Amino acid sequence: FYLTPPQVNSILKANEYSFKVPEFDGKNVSSVLGFDSNQLPANAPIEDRRSAATCLQTRGMLLGVFDGHAGCACAQAVSERLFYYIAVSLLPHETLLEIENAVESGRALLPILQWHKHPNDYFSKEASKLYFNSLRTYWQELIDLNSGEATDVKEALINAFKRLDNDISLEAQVGDPNSFLNYLVLRVAFSGATACVAHVDGVDLHVANTGDSRAMLGVQEEDGSWSALNLSYDHNAQNEREVERVKTEHPKSEEKNLVKQDRLLGLLMPFRAFGDVKFKWSIELQKRVIESGPDQLNDNEYTKFIPPNYHTPPYLTAEPEVIYHRLRPQDKFLVLATDGLWETMHRQDVARIVGEYLTGVHHQEPIAVGGYKVTLGQMHGLLAERRARFSSVFEDQNVATHLIRHAVGNNEFGTVDHERLCKMLSLPEELARMYRDDMTIIVVQFNSHMISACQNEE
Amino acid sequence: PAGMFLRLLSDVRWRAANPKWRGATCSCRSASSTPPEHHPVALPAQAQVVICGGGIMGTSVAYHLSKMGWKDIVLLEQGRLAAGTTRFCAGIVSLARPVSIELKMADYSNKLYQQLEQETGVNTGYVKTGSISLAQTQDRLISLKRIASSLKVMGIPCEIITPKEVAQLHPLINIHDLVGAMYVPEDALVSSANVSLALATAASRNGTSLGFSLLPSNLHIWGFFFQWAYELGHSVEEPVNIPLHACEHFYLLTHPLKEPLPSNIPTVVDPDGRIYVRNWQGGILSGGFEKNPKPLFTEGRNQLEIHNLQEDWDHFEPLLSALLRRMPELEALQILQLVNCPESFTPDMRCIMGESPTVLGYFVLAGMNSAGISYGGGAGKYLAEWMVNGYPTDNVWPLDLKRFGSLQSSRTFLRHRVMEVMPLMCDLKVPRWDFQTGRQLRTSPLYDRLDAQGARWMEKHGFERVKYFVPPGKDLLDLDQSKTFYKPDWFDIVGSEVKCCKEAVCVIDMSSFTKFEISSTGDQALESLQYLFSNDLDVPVGHVVHTGMLNEKGGYENDCSIARLSKRSFFMISPTDQQVHCWAWLKKRLPEDSGLTMEDVTWKYTALNLIGPRAVDVLSELSYAPMTAEHFPSLFCKEMSVGYANGIRVMSITHTGEPGFVLYIPIEYALHVYNEVMNMGQKYGIRNAGYYALRSLRIEKFFAFWGQDLDAFTTPMECGREFQVKLDKGVQFVGQEALLEQKQQGVYKRFTMFILEDHDTDTDLWPWWGEPIFRNGRYVGKTTSSAYSYTLERHVCLGFVHHFDEKTGQELVVTTDFVNQGEYQIDIAGQRFQAKAKLYPFSSLFAQRRRKEEVELSGYQRE
Repeated sequence: FYLTPPQVNSILKANEYSFKVPEFDGKNVSSVLGFDSNQLPANAPIEDRRSAATCLQTRGMLLGVFDGHAGCACAQAVSERLFYYIAVSLLPHETLLEIENAVESGRALLPILQWHKHPNDYFSKEASKLYFNSLRTYWQELIDLNSGEATDVKEALINAFKRLDNDISLEAQVGDPNSFLNYLVLRVAFSGATACVAHVDGVDLHVANTGDSRAMLGVQEEDGSWSALNLSYDHNAQNEREVERVKTEHPKSEEKNLVKQDRLLGLLMPFRAFGDVKFKWSIELQKRVIESGPDQLNDNEYTKFIPPNYHTPPYLTAEPEVIYHRLRPQDKFLVLATDGLWETMHRQDVARIVGEYLTGVHHQEPIAVGGYKVTLGQMHGLLAERRARFSSVFEDQNVATHLIRHAVGNNEFGTVDHERLCKMLSLPEELARMYRDDMTIIVVQFNSHMISACQNEE
Repeated sequence: PAGMFLRLLSDVRWRAANPKWRGATCSCRSASSTPPEHHPVALPAQAQVVICGGGIMGTSVAYHLSKMGWKDIVLLEQGRLAAGTTRFCAGIVSLARPVSIELKMADYSNKLYQQLEQETGVNTGYVKTGSISLAQTQDRLISLKRIASSLKVMGIPCEIITPKEVAQLHPLINIHDLVGAMYVPEDALVSSANVSLALATAASRNGTSLGFSLLPSNLHIWGFFFQWAYELGHSVEEPVNIPLHACEHFYLLTHPLKEPLPSNIPTVVDPDGRIYVRNWQGGILSGGFEKNPKPLFTEGRNQLEIHNLQEDWDHFEPLLSALLRRMPELEALQILQLVNCPESFTPDMRCIMGESPTVLGYFVLAGMNSAGISYGGGAGKYLAEWMVNGYPTDNVWPLDLKRFGSLQSSRTFLRHRVMEVMPLMCDLKVPRWDFQTGRQLRTSPLYDRLDAQGARWMEKHGFERVKYFVPPGKDLLDLDQSKTFYKPDWFDIVGSEVKCCKEAVCVIDMSSFTKFEISSTGDQALESLQYLFSNDLDVPVGHVVHTGMLNEKGGYENDCSIARLSKRSFFMISPTDQQVHCWAWLKKRLPEDSGLTMEDVTWKYTALNLIGPRAVDVLSELSYAPMTAEHFPSLFCKEMSVGYANGIRVMSITHTGEPGFVLYIPIEYALHVYNEVMNMGQKYGIRNAGYYALRSLRIEKFFAFWGQDLDAFTTPMECGREFQVKLDKGVQFVGQEALLEQKQQGVYKRFTMFILEDHDTDTDLWPWWGEPIFRNGRYVGKTTSSAYSYTLERHVCLGFVHHFDEKTGQELVVTTDFVNQGEYQIDIAGQRFQAKAKLYPFSSLFAQRRRKEEVELSGYQRE
């Protein structure tokens, strides 16, 4: 059976979201023009999450993608909570005090974040009180710790990541009298999530990454062509430095068991993640929590399963690697995406497709038949697709959607094959995950004029 | 051996360190008549002819020159023989050509190629496949039927067939969207490179030297035949303008089909799909003429060899779609290559042939508009005849280089125009279609004023001329878009303009006409003109004479009006497109005499034609001078004042046979005089009119015009113009002998007027020109022009009647009786209409009663 192009479009566009930064935010011209985001599920339900928000008490914008595993609970929690932790870490002492006083006296709180959410991006109402209390504890500690020094963004990001992961762990150990919440915090802690978060403030771009999602900068070269600049390192077995790090953190005796089949302890793909207490807690703690936990947890074979060769936990951390980049006029956009995208597309192609979309210029590589065996029909189809790609640019109002269309539908010639796209989208739920992963994409577009103006000022 | 020959030739390079051809001594090899043997021969230091370009055109000219007995020929090619556009050419010999001379060239080429292998031993790959031209619309079918009519009367087999018959001829064609097709069984395929090779082989047997070199720079007699003609033309000391421009042209080659196509499968032309498809080694070769061509080499090129250009599949996509729509089964066929080869196009879609108007002995044959193979044989023959005999054996004016001037050689103009021309190769061409690009180049000073009054424009030789005026309130868009083979929607508009010319007075801006002034210190001007023109120009000052400018055979090189301004100066008015040709013709023949001057004053005068019975009233009121026939007789010229403006040259001619005047106004007075005329004319019902009205008036009065009805192969005797020839004027003139002979022996064709009898103007196809004429069921000639006569309420066609012997086909003398005693039919797209033939116009059409001679003298003429 075949999906019609409108059906394909409605699937692709179901989760698309665009935000345009108002030209003036009252204070400054933003270096961000806006962003497009979208996600395409492969798991049911999808385990990826995304977040975007503008910091209201400090400058800057936060954008992040979160790839959950072993369920979506952890990714969901991180997507709701992480930006608050970051925002709070960035707040100056006075603002923290003001907020604490407002809470203390029951006054209305200063808003910290302005969220930019798709209707499908939900927040858990039940847990909000619990989450808030943990956050409040965090800022109270920050107030007590007042160092008097200006907040360093990199440090703030690292602190926020670690603190949130710590809170997730604690909440699960402590539990909650409400059985629903109790089960929730346990699910959050026993599932995992990677996070790739960008903080943009003027020309200062920080990317904090934990896990194997990726941030990539689209750079337009002088000749108009597009190139990709990585702003994160994947934390997985392909990253030698990461393998090295894991090895140094554990005794030599464990070395050969730490990374097996490109997985941490032969089980986990990402080498850093939120949650995943099975790789962080001691065996005793795990057993105790599970035993005292609700029946659902006890019945779950996965949670009960203790990783083999588990001797010196923690094996896993949520501490991010932070890369700072000072934006240049040629830096036109930033792509944050979960590994679902990067598995199917090379970053160079991503840079080109997005760049061409944003500039409306389409340097299609000319086709040469050369020595290949191509029939007239195949060539005709291919040309029609190239033409469609041309028009699909106009069909897609959202560049993230455009990118997904390519990621799913691209054939060997680098053009969208409608037939292939249809097949991929028509896969039954149980098969979809075998052919593709959840895919979440945020494309942030920068204001080059503002950036070059900043450059000239100095 | 043929392939070997090609390789040997391709190995030969003439390394000319010094580009000056004369000074170079070189180790050049000439191909001998027995191909495998070759020995080095230096190119001769001198030659009768040097031909630049070793493609189909150059070799064809060499072939024909050598056939005509010229031995001293050098053929130069900068790359390899049969390189250039010839190498890439699709090799289709197609007879379906709408222009008569092109059809003749193609027919000749086909017959030549057919016997070439036998003559030369070189395998030309000639296969007679036939061709099918498909029609997806009724209008397309009409245009095919028109072509079919003209093919049939030339004796070329041709059929209009149904879609079902198409399927029988070619199993791969999807016929579901077809309304019909034309089948030409004689069409053929050749290997174009091998045809060139065969022609060169034959020529070299007759003594032609073959050379390979950069182009020489200092030669006296030469010709050239290829796409770099523009550049080369400009490299001569006195530049020669050769208006052509290249576009990329794409065609596809495939591997053979599973069941290879039979070698004689017909070539398919699908003009509505913009493609052609031919058999190629069991697979197909398919190309086309896309809507968005890619012009090439606008800025010229230094390195002269054509390199393979890039394949551009995305650009080819619409043509590939059209191909697969037409032949869906080809989907599984494997691609071999997409070939990109430059093709040269010209501003009017016709090739360029002939002698340079500025550099004598410099001949050109170029700009084949992608039909080089079809035309190559015939074009080479005509040019060789031209070079040897001074003129070809047929009228090639439509192809003559001199139809263009320097005004068509702007690179921007050419670039824009060829981008229109290339898609036009496939576009449907309905009567009165116009080019849309390269417009508004030459305009009258009144252009804006007329445009604001609803003028619709057409173009001739770069000059904008009014077709008709759309009255206020009419839907303008509709008028521009409705193009049809049937009754056009301007019918009533032109009708009312004609009515106004008949009953009141109209103004037509006729500034585009070519205007020369010839004067001398003594009698040289009169003497020269008396020799060059057939009528007697020794008339009293102030008289206007209609006269032909004839060639030695008595044919019209030009047809003009000459006013004697003074004893020693003459003002000559010729058709618009005569500007280059007439100038060159006179320059070549006028004596070198510093006392004799000729000036082109076309740009100095705006011409307003006041047509109608009230013209005399308007003009006399504006000039305070009596303009009646007693004071200002017909065919009279006087300088007078009109309004405030003095020195207006007023002539009592209208080019229509209606009463009235033409005002030749120095351009700075043009607006003033126009305003005065329009204001004063109000009370006489004056209005603007255009050339369509003029045309209707002219044709209903049986006035021939040069370029359509008259050409270099038509004499005054053949078109009832004896009265414009003064055989006894006491001075010898060009063409006199031929005319005397004709007068004694009779003529072999006769210009005749046909009034369509059973033709319904509202529902039948309209005649255009080129329709076959049948007398008693037998073909006797073709029409040359036609118009609807609003006075007769009938269509009038003008054309020539021949008398072919029923058995031998030999041309016999056409007598008045022969013309008058026939039953005539005109074939419009295969449908025949009864027509009444007349050798003299209806005297009732002339508003004023005059003596017969006056009637004939009063008006006439062109455009």
